[in-house]
Amino acid sequence: MTAAVFTDPDEAVAGVADGSTVLIGGFGLAGMPVPLVDALIRQGATGLTVVSNNAGNGDTGLAALLAAGRVRKMICSFPRQSDSWVFDGLYRAGKIELEVVPQGTLAERMRAAGAGIGAFYCPTGVGTPLAEGKETRTIDGRDYVLEYPIKGDVALIGAHVGDRMGNLVYRKTARNFGPVMATAATLTIAQVRHVVETGALDPESVVTPCIYVDRILDLSATEDSR
Amino acid sequence: MSTVEHLGRGPLGRDELAALVARDIPPGSFVNLGIGQPTTVADHLPAGSGVVLHTENGMLGMGPAAHGDEIDPDLVNAGKIPVTELPGASYFHHADSFAMMRGGHLDVCVLGAFQVSARGDLANWHTGAPDAIPAVGGAMDLATGAKQVFVMMTLFAKDGTPKLVPECTYPLTGLTCVSRLYTDRAVFHIGRQGVTVTETYGMSVAELASRLEVPLRTLGAAE
Repeated sequence: MTAAVFTDPDEAVAGVADGSTVLIGGFGLAGMPVPLVDALIRQGATGLTVVSNNAGNGDTGLAALLAAGRVRKMICSFPRQSDSWVFDGLYRAGKIELEVVPQGTLAERMRAAGAGIGAFYCPTGVGTPLAEGKETRTIDGRDYVLEYPIKGDVALIGAHVGDRMGNLVYRKTARNFGPVMATAATLTIAQVRHVVETGALDPESVVTPCIYVDRILDLSATEDSR
Repeated sequence: MSTVEHLGRGPLGRDELAALVARDIPPGSFVNLGIGQPTTVADHLPAGSGVVLHTENGMLGMGPAAHGDEIDPDLVNAGKIPVTELPGASYFHHADSFAMMRGGHLDVCVLGAFQVSARGDLANWHTGAPDAIPAVGGAMDLATGAKQVFVMMTLFAKDGTPKLVPECTYPLTGLTCVSRLYTDRAVFHIGRQGVTVTETYGMSVAELASRLEVPLRTLGAAE
C-alpha cells in the first residue's frame, strides 16, 4: 500500500504502542522530525526504546520526549553534547538505560534490519570496550565483531519533499539517517516540507522509494515547514 | 632524509600544528577532519590542493564554515556547525557515508587523542571516569576505516605526563591504527618498526627520549 498523507501531526503518529522501539532521524537538529516527536509526546506512548544518533539537543524534539519520561532506553552513538542536559540529568539519576554504538555500526545495524540481513561481521570497535562480550571472527587476517540488526517498530524521519505515493527526497546533510531508518521500521512516518502530486518528482532523484513509507505528514499547512 | 631538530624556538602553536598536518596531506586526497582542532587543518590546505573533505553526516566536497546568509540548518558538519558546499559536492545517507569509511575509500582522517601507544593504538573517545557519559560518535569507524590515521595532540598532558605511551590506559578507540602523530613537540611516524621521530620543536631528540617511555628511532644521520 502506498503512503497515507496527513496534515495533522497527531493523526500521523496515532497508534504507537507502549514499549515500542522508535527510530528517530536527524543529526543534531538537521533532519530531526521535531513536529512528529512533539506529536508522539502528546500521543503518550511510554516505555520506549529510542534509536537516534544523539540523545536530544536543548529542550525540544527528542530532548522533550526524554524530559517527559517516555524513554526507557536510548541507543545512540553520541549522547554527550554541550546541549544534552536533559539526557545527562536522566542518565546520572539512573532513570535511563544507554547503549552506545559506533555511528557507522548504528547505521549499518539499521540497514541490515531493512535489508533482511541476520547479522554481520564489522571491523569497527575490535579490541575496544564496545566489543566486549561480542562474538569475534578473523577473516583474511582481519578481526571483526558480530553485530546484529536494529529493527524499529516505528521510524520518525524528516525529509524535504514527498509525493502522494510516499517517494521522498531530502535536502543536503539533513538526509543523514532518514533513508536507512525508513527501511528498518514496521511503520515509517515521514514529515516533509511539502507534498507534490504523484509524478512530480524526478524518478531518477527519488532517494527513498515509496515502498518504505507508510505515512507522510505534510508540514506546508503548518508553521513548521521551514 | 634525517630527523630535523628545530631548536632555538618553543613548541608549535595550534595554527602551526594544523599547518604541519595540512602540509602532509597528499594533493587530491579524500580526507575526513575530526571535530575540534583537526577541523582547523582545512584552513591551511593550499589553494588548488584538490583535497576533497568528507563529513560523516553524509557529504563529500564540504566547504568552509558558513556565515551570515550562508547559514542553512540543513547543511552542517560532524560537529553540527553550519558549513558550505563546494562545486562537485555530493550528499549521501549515513550507511553509505560509513561504508565509504569502513570500506577503505578515505585516504586520510585526522583525529584528536587522549593517548596514542607505541603500536599505534588510539584512545580518544572516553576517559573511563566513573561519572563520564560515554559518547563515541564516528571515532571508532574513522580509526578503523581510513587508509591513514593522523593524530594531532599536545605531546604532554597539563600535568606533564606523556600522551605517547607504551600502552594506552584510557579505553581504546582502535588497535594499531595511527600512522602519524603530530604534536606540539615532535612529529612521529608509527609503523611495524616502532616509533620514528621525524621532526622536533623546541626540544632535542635526546631530551624527547628522556621524557618518553617509548623507544624512539630517528631518520638517517641525526643523533
